Amino acid sequence: MRHGLTLRIGPATFRIGSAWRTPIEALARLYAAYPDGGGTVADFTVRLQPTSTLRRWVRPSIFITGDHGLADAAPMSLAHGLLAAEMGMNLQMALGWRRHLLLHASSVEKDGRALVMTGESGSGKSTLAALLGERGWRLMGDEFALLDLDSGAILPFPRLVSLKNQAIGVVADAVAPDRLGPLLRATAKGDIRHMVPRADAVARMSEGAMPALLLFPRFGHEAALRPVGQGEAFMRLTQASTNYVALGEPGFAALTRFVTGVPACAIDFPTGDAAFEMVGRLWEGGA
Amino acid sequence: MSAALLVRVLRDPASVEALDAAGWTGLLAAAKAERLIATLAWRIEGRQLPHGVKPILLDARMDAEREARQALWEADRAAHALSAIGVRLVVLKGTAYAAAGLAAGQGRFIGDLDILVPRAAMEAVERALMAAGWEWVKEDAYDDAYYRQWMHELPPMIHAERDRMIDVHHTILPLTARPKPDAAALLADAVAIGDSLWTLSPEDRVIHAAAHMLADGDLQGGLRNLWDIHCLLHDIDRSTLDRRAARHGLRAHVRQAERLADALYGGGAALTAWDRVVRARLLARDGWGRETRKLLVFACYLRSHWLRMPPLMLARHLWTKWRKGHRPR
Repeated sequence: MRHGLTLRIGPATFRIGSAWRTPIEALARLYAAYPDGGGTVADFTVRLQPTSTLRRWVRPSIFITGDHGLADAAPMSLAHGLLAAEMGMNLQMALGWRRHLLLHASSVEKDGRALVMTGESGSGKSTLAALLGERGWRLMGDEFALLDLDSGAILPFPRLVSLKNQAIGVVADAVAPDRLGPLLRATAKGDIRHMVPRADAVARMSEGAMPALLLFPRFGHEAALRPVGQGEAFMRLTQASTNYVALGEPGFAALTRFVTGVPACAIDFPTGDAAFEMVGRLWEGGA
Repeated sequence: MSAALLVRVLRDPASVEALDAAGWTGLLAAAKAERLIATLAWRIEGRQLPHGVKPILLDARMDAEREARQALWEADRAAHALSAIGVRLVVLKGTAYAAAGLAAGQGRFIGDLDILVPRAAMEAVERALMAAGWEWVKEDAYDDAYYRQWMHELPPMIHAERDRMIDVHHTILPLTARPKPDAAALLADAVAIGDSLWTLSPEDRVIHAAAHMLADGDLQGGLRNLWDIHCLLHDIDRSTLDRRAARHGLRAHVRQAERLADALYGGGAALTAWDRVVRARLLARDGWGRETRKLLVFACYLRSHWLRMPPLMLARHLWTKWRKGHRPR
């Protein structure tokens, strides 16, 4: 392809090719502090290609694909090229990663132990992780947590944090402007702005941590706290995993070990401050 | 040009040791796109591999092993469903190679379960499968009627709980295709594997693979089909194969498959002009995993329809499909 870049994020290496220059330039700027992936064999290839020959020049439209792709993937505007590249990498991980149990969850680390947060899009797990990452925790990832099949540790996947809608204003106030990507308006998921994790999150991206607490956060509700039993946690995590079935018995064993060893709690919260207070209390009290 | 690289490495695994990182990335992308990545992993086992390649190949092998396990379980369930009506289950293609432990099955991705049953038993088979939990994938009166009247198989069915597809064939080419294989002979000479499964005879396996690749489809996935043929040819007497192919009216197709398999994966062969066109189509894949040579690919797509039906019927079919909103890829 005309433009390309190889990125290493956590344990995975991506080669991203694009028919246009701008998405690659945006990636190169925001991933500048990440280790150089050049000269290594990529685990995955991502392609940002025109939906048709015409759409390369006239109202450019991106079809996201690669080693793994979805035939009916919605085309994206070139103005959202950075998001397309991020989605392309997520797609490869979701469909192709086999070396860990992949959980659709955010994770942060403190004192060598990991807090894992899972929930649907809009639950606030990503925003919480981003904010905790600015408040003394190490951000391990806002989208995928990788559960090691042998050791039971959570491994980081600290790609760019994807801030959505109201979260953009909340987080943008807390970080320096050079850590923020362009504001992408009116994408399929609303407004999106990417944020570069802090330097320590990137520098320590090969360093895992044993999980100590699992949370199911839910933003926009009265503050409430409910312990979650092992069975429920197990079932919800199988649904939050894209490769649980593909991994077979090792995936089952790893997830069983996780839910039997890690306390789990559902928290509803109306504001970020309420969430920090609840997380702090749970973390001190027995996690 | 990475499909060419992939073919070279499959033919000569030692050549892989000369690749740099960019060459490897291109090779792996092409192998994934052609669904030959786990085959490649088997083929280059034990070679000197650069850092980062081994885990990718292990992942691919694990995926292929899981697929084979699932495919065999699916065959077992289908055999169970058909045992009640006394129809023996002849499995085709990937499932057959895995069940029989053939080299062609090593690392092969297996999609649907393809089975062959006597045409007279089709209705009973359909009922037995539906009673055991299979259902139609999509309800479309035109497609349904088309399959039943003109195709060599029932419309695809899927198992409601296991989400796996089954294709029930009564012969190996559409009824509208020019060659008319002898389906009764295919079934009569099937060989047992284990207690509940049968496969085609070794010669018929090659003939089926060649018919599928060269007399039916648009050569999508052709490099893998040709790899199957290359492996299947190993333990076969070519003159016996030739006689058997003649009986099915597929001699020319089988001979072309032999030439292409020998040229691409074996010790070489003299190719005709038409062979070279097919080879060009088979190698239309670059190091990003993209299909190249778009015009040739499209021509092969058109040809696949031409092979399947006479002109007037083709025109009517395309018109019906177009009105329903179907467009070529």
